[in-house]
Amino acid sequence: MNDDPVFKALADPTRRLLLDRLYERDGRSLTELESDLEMTRFGVMKHLRVLEEAGLVVTRRSGREKLHYLNPVPIRLIHDRWIDKYTERRVSALADLKNELEDTA
Amino acid sequence: MTTMTATTTQVYQVFIKASPEQIWDAITKPEFTSRYFYGSHVDSTLEVGTPYRGWSPDRETLWVDGEVLDSDPPRRLSYTWRALYDEETAAEEPSRVSWEIEPQEGGVSKLTVVHDQLERAPKTAENVAGGWMYILSGMKTLLETGEPLSS
Repeated sequence: MNDDPVFKALADPTRRLLLDRLYERDGRSLTELESDLEMTRFGVMKHLRVLEEAGLVVTRRSGREKLHYLNPVPIRLIHDRWIDKYTERRVSALADLKNELEDTA
Repeated sequence: MTTMTATTTQVYQVFIKASPEQIWDAITKPEFTSRYFYGSHVDSTLEVGTPYRGWSPDRETLWVDGEVLDSDPPRRLSYTWRALYDEETAAEEPSRVSWEIEPQEGGVSKLTVVHDQLERAPKTAENVAGGWMYILSGMKTLLETGEPLSS
């Protein structure tokens, strides 16, 4: 499996921000996504294309609109590649603890 | 901790080195689902209007109950979804699950799962989000290596 496009896509802060936006609320149009960013429509489109080619964003047509969805499966596959071998429960227990500590801080 | 706002449509996509027919079998045959779908046994004739059910590994408890809405082997399968394994999700309105399989070059197929009509099923939306990732990752591993994900 070729993970390179996924890592490349994730290596850019604007693209991570776009994924954050979709994580907050999925199924957004280009117009909605670009309104959050100080960037040209063309710039946002270029970043979305990189995310789409990496499989991190999937688009669906809804009437006349093209909606963008965050597809977390490629990240899950990277996770499985290195984490699954070890006790996943222990890792998630540590992650829970970290979240709990950060919440109370 | 940030939590994802439950949305009314969820889309999951994965590329699997397998034919559309192999993927269709993996979705619709219990000998496959028992190896990647939380051990569950799918139970359906796949005829439109008939039940689409998923049973617990011991086949004694109904986990998922639904009805086949659309069946076009090996390209598209759609059914309603009520998750009975959880009291809160069982009380919600049914949502809809659709599988789309598109052949690509090089013996690879693109598999997309769309879980939508979740407007009246916010608990279900929360509940299934991690599950579909686990299931698709498990199906890919099973079809490409012949082994289920160790867990």
